[in-house]
Amino acid sequence: MTSIEPVILLSAVLFTIGAVGVLTRRNALMIFMSVELMLNAANLAFVAFAQQWGNLDGQLFVFFVMAVAAAEVAVGLALIVAIFRTKHSTDVDELSQLRG
Amino acid sequence: MIPSDYLPIGVMILLATGLACLVVLISILFGPRRRAKNPVKIASYESGMTAIGLGQRRFPVRFYLVAVLFILFDIEIVFFYPWAVAFRELGWPGFVSMLSFIGILFVGFIWVWKKGALEWETMDK
Amino acid sequence: MQDLMLILPPLIVFLGATALLLVDLKIADDRKETVAWIAMFLLVGALIAAVMLLYFNRTGDVLYGFSNMILTDRYAALLDIVFALIGIGVFLLTLRYNRVHQIMRGEFFVLTLFSIGGMMLMAHAANLVTIFVALEMFSIPLYVLCGVARPRLDSEESSLKYFLLGAFASGFLVYGIALMYGATGTLDIATMLKQVERGQAPLLLVIGAGLMLVGLGFKVAAVPFHMWTPDVYDGAPTTVTAFMTTATKAAGFAALVRVFLLGPGAFVGSLVSAIAILAALTMIFGNLFALAQRSVKRMLAYSSIAHAGYLLAGIASVANIGQSANAVIFYLATYAATSLAAFGVLSEIGSMNRDEDHGLERYTGLAKRNPALAWVMALALFSLMGMPLTAGFTGKYLLFQSAVSSGLNWLALLGVITSVISAFYYLRVIVHMFMKEDATVAANNEQYYVSKPSLVMMTLASVAVVALGLLPTLLLNMFA
Repeated sequence: MTSIEPVILLSAVLFTIGAVGVLTRRNALMIFMSVELMLNAANLAFVAFAQQWGNLDGQLFVFFVMAVAAAEVAVGLALIVAIFRTKHSTDVDELSQLRG
Repeated sequence: MIPSDYLPIGVMILLATGLACLVVLISILFGPRRRAKNPVKIASYESGMTAIGLGQRRFPVRFYLVAVLFILFDIEIVFFYPWAVAFRELGWPGFVSMLSFIGILFVGFIWVWKKGALEWETMDK
Repeated sequence: MQDLMLILPPLIVFLGATALLLVDLKIADDRKETVAWIAMFLLVGALIAAVMLLYFNRTGDVLYGFSNMILTDRYAALLDIVFALIGIGVFLLTLRYNRVHQIMRGEFFVLTLFSIGGMMLMAHAANLVTIFVALEMFSIPLYVLCGVARPRLDSEESSLKYFLLGAFASGFLVYGIALMYGATGTLDIATMLKQVERGQAPLLLVIGAGLMLVGLGFKVAAVPFHMWTPDVYDGAPTTVTAFMTTATKAAGFAALVRVFLLGPGAFVGSLVSAIAILAALTMIFGNLFALAQRSVKRMLAYSSIAHAGYLLAGIASVANIGQSANAVIFYLATYAATSLAAFGVLSEIGSMNRDEDHGLERYTGLAKRNPALAWVMALALFSLMGMPLTAGFTGKYLLFQSAVSSGLNWLALLGVITSVISAFYYLRVIVHMFMKEDATVAANNEQYYVSKPSLVMMTLASVAVVALGLLPTLLLNMFA
């Protein structure tokens, strides 16, 4: 039984990298990949905590996250392809038809 | 925590570094050098085969469509695996649940099929 | 079998939507209204099932099912009813709007049904797994629905923006759930609540719940997580916006009620103060930004942010949890009725003009062009403002009352002040509709007409607004 602290630390670092990536990247695909990094950081934390508590709830949650992430990939890529066909760009700064 | 426990790791590191240096050295000694004059040097790497066409080919959108559909149906296997492991314990209720899960997936599949998303030839029209 | 009975309303919606996906294949493009009517029929079925749940469980017990993954209580059944009614209302609007804007597609109704099913599941959630799955179930169809008016660019942009920020929010939510699980070793909300009640609220749980609050804050558009809201609400087709302002808000708050008000969150002081601060920020900035808007649709988007602030004040009032939960659910119902009435008018205007321009000048002299539309809009705006004798007043009164009884006098006071500020921008629209002349009207003297289904919807919504304002006990008795 290894200690889970390093794993949790790694997942926190991955989550932070993902969150910072979403906020700083300008390409829709890169933002999307950063989001996936955040989700997988959470998966890592779930598996580590499941090991710590000795129950399977955490591992079960990971399955749901994976399935949902796949659905998000499908919808997200379709949207990015659709907007690329209209605008020929995936740079979010150019999505300025609507002003906030 | 005896230092000798780490001996195999030390040997491993030495071997790995040595091999890496050796490969780089051989490449410098025998490889084609002058960049501009040698077509082999600037060709894209195809595992030793002669490269055909450019590295940045454009894929048609239908390629992505099929790929995305593959991901969608493929990832559902994660739910089959735990079910298969606990098949006997779950018994009939588990079987019925899994059947309804597959049933819902199947409806999605029929819809994709009827919408023509799997027709490779006619999708451009 | 009893498990299935407990979630009968979402079950009807899900199975019906799945079947409708196949039925839709057989229906020709010019007869998609049939799909809309079938979808409404399904929602009526879900409505009856929800009323039955309410009727057979008159004592208001919390019934658990599916190994404690889902539950059914009074709040769940009432929210089911609210979601079903919102769905029916939106579908009545689509009959004209979607046809005019050429988005009369079968998938529109199927996706909306899936989304409604996910929202109903959220109301029944007893476990963080259910919360997460339900949240994604109602969000993912919405990402697509925003972009349904493709290739209109603002619709596509709104869709991509909503998707990217929605996915970002689920990242926070999932990581928050992971930390809450790490702190307590369970995903069951009731078990978590028991641990916290015994006085164990480890730091990890507080951080986890905080991250979850950020994720849900995005979903309900609380300041400072509101950046996407005006763009998405403005760019999406009006019928989708009508659905999002009412139903998504209710579903997000259903999750907040389950995890924070009725769950472990209410027992952690620092979280409660954080929610109170979020509520204050949301009220202030939602209303201030709304003041600056020239487009009625964008103004309503900011107004929906402001209303999220009032609702968050209810979530922060933890002294009398039952009273606060009642106030939040009641407010969600009144806001849904009011907002549907307002967006009914917007969708009719959008159909008349065949575009998505909702600048204030489009509403100038509306009382002359179509008095009915102008009066419905005026009633809705008065209710949003919180005018006595309308539903909005009763809702705000109950919310602020629960805030005061929890010692959050400053928040209640801030709510009243910002409501007064909000009167400026709501009244501006009313002044434009009733007291200003549209120069172009005299020229072509074009009268607006209202389609029958939309008229039915707007009449019912207006009656609900007035009824809940005059006789709030009608609905409140159902809580008691």
